[in-house]
Amino acid sequence: MKKLTTDIIVIGAGPGGMAAALKAHEMGVKNILLVDRLPEPGGILQQCIHNGFGLQKFHKDLTGPEYADAYIKKIKNSNIEVLLQTMAIEITKDNKVILANGADGMIEVSAKAIVLAMGCRERTRQQVSIPGTRPSGIFTAGVAQRFMNIEGYLPGKEVVVVGSGDIGLIMARRMTLEGAKVHAVTELLPYPGGLTRNIVQCLNDYNIPLHLNHNVIDIYGKDRVSGVKIARINKEGEPTDETFEISCDTLLFSVGLIPENELSRMVPLDINPVTGGPYIDDSYQTKRAGVFICGNAAFVNDLADYVSCEGEIAGEAAAKYINGSPETGTSVKIVAGNNIRFVVPNFITRTDHVTLYARATQPMRDVTVSLSGGIINIKKQIVKPSEMIELELDSEKLKKIKELPASPSGGKELVIDVRPNK
Amino acid sequence: MSDRINENKFTCIMCPLGCEVSVKSDESGQITEVLGNQCAKGEKYARDEFSHPLRVLTSTVAIESAKFDRLPVRTSDFVPKDKLFDLMKEIQKIKVKAPVNLGDKIIENIFGLGVDIVATRHLGT
Repeated sequence: MKKLTTDIIVIGAGPGGMAAALKAHEMGVKNILLVDRLPEPGGILQQCIHNGFGLQKFHKDLTGPEYADAYIKKIKNSNIEVLLQTMAIEITKDNKVILANGADGMIEVSAKAIVLAMGCRERTRQQVSIPGTRPSGIFTAGVAQRFMNIEGYLPGKEVVVVGSGDIGLIMARRMTLEGAKVHAVTELLPYPGGLTRNIVQCLNDYNIPLHLNHNVIDIYGKDRVSGVKIARINKEGEPTDETFEISCDTLLFSVGLIPENELSRMVPLDINPVTGGPYIDDSYQTKRAGVFICGNAAFVNDLADYVSCEGEIAGEAAAKYINGSPETGTSVKIVAGNNIRFVVPNFITRTDHVTLYARATQPMRDVTVSLSGGIINIKKQIVKPSEMIELELDSEKLKKIKELPASPSGGKELVIDVRPNK
Repeated sequence: MSDRINENKFTCIMCPLGCEVSVKSDESGQITEVLGNQCAKGEKYARDEFSHPLRVLTSTVAIESAKFDRLPVRTSDFVPKDKLFDLMKEIQKIKVKAPVNLGDKIIENIFGLGVDIVATRHLGT
């Protein structure tokens, strides 16, 4: 087996991995290996031809490929080694990464630090247990997006989108513009999964009906999808007798994303069942020293911009780690409280600046978002699951956290809560 | 004399609140009242959406001699929302040849709107 030695290996060249590699390079790390299974860097950004990227990071409204290009150019002008069409297939117990590609066969990489940036995968029809036949014409929204935007195939003409995640909404518009008829978007929950701007500009603009509290309960068709049965869902989440049918030849599933952590499990890292990613501290370091993770592999983010920010934090922390100056300090655990599904990072050790990302369990109006110990109390007019709550902890707040007394058990734990103001 | 009042509703996208803003207008299309917004941004958004809604259009064009068959493109600036399908018809007619660079004009000043259709990535041969 071919053997390689490097300082930092970054697995995945999407927005997280590219930002991590560039930040580590900027920090003076000499040998960085950036690995991706696709024939070019950029990851899923290359198929996200719509705009809306970079508003936070560059204050510009960019498309996915344009956003990716900003990073690809910098990588080309650096001495970061990029290994494409290469799959990371294993991480051994002693932190060696095994790669495989057509040119070299298997490669064993010894690195001083590993940054995991594998992104996420789409949930499929099977994972949401939709009954019916198994004809062709059933795609996840992201697969349809790749077919259309990169390979140049229109997946179908008469479409129903199951689930109101952002990719499904984007694809409803994209297919409409290319001449397909999108008959409906169904959503099991009483509120949409995607961003409001996508509901407005992808559905409302084209008069595509959004059926909240509805789900597809049967799929018809032998060789090709011929239609679906849709039922109203009651408060208990069960389908009711109130049903209707739509004839269609294509079904797109946009029913959630799952962090891709097959490699993380080999480390092995404990996976947080709520986020689907490993537990992390505020340097995006996992519980295994020297193994960092960022972006959608850690938890599913709303925006690529956030993913890049996390990549920078992980890249910087990996650089400090291999230079023998990792972030240290007392670790404070952050846990999810009332109306919070999850909060990341899970542990705080830094003293300079930390951004907490929290996902609300359900929409709630006129609320106070608080971090226990009197660290944060902010009023918000609304919180909703589709838009992450961001909490900034500056050095002053982090100092206050440090000074808080430890609990009787010895550790420190802070709770983030969302409570109605009335 | 009873003037007919029209009411158009818009979901504001200026912030996560997503206010339902309704724009009332008379027969001549003049706005008479804006209701439901909670801030000035919301009022401006609803007025713009009522009188001249603008969008960025993104799509792909066919490309020859490149590693992929489609080249992603966008409008270089906002275009009127009611022109999107007409613009798509023009975009669908185009076939370019690699290499193409990010920012290359694929259609210049389309429909005289003062906006170009530009490539959003580099695609070599």
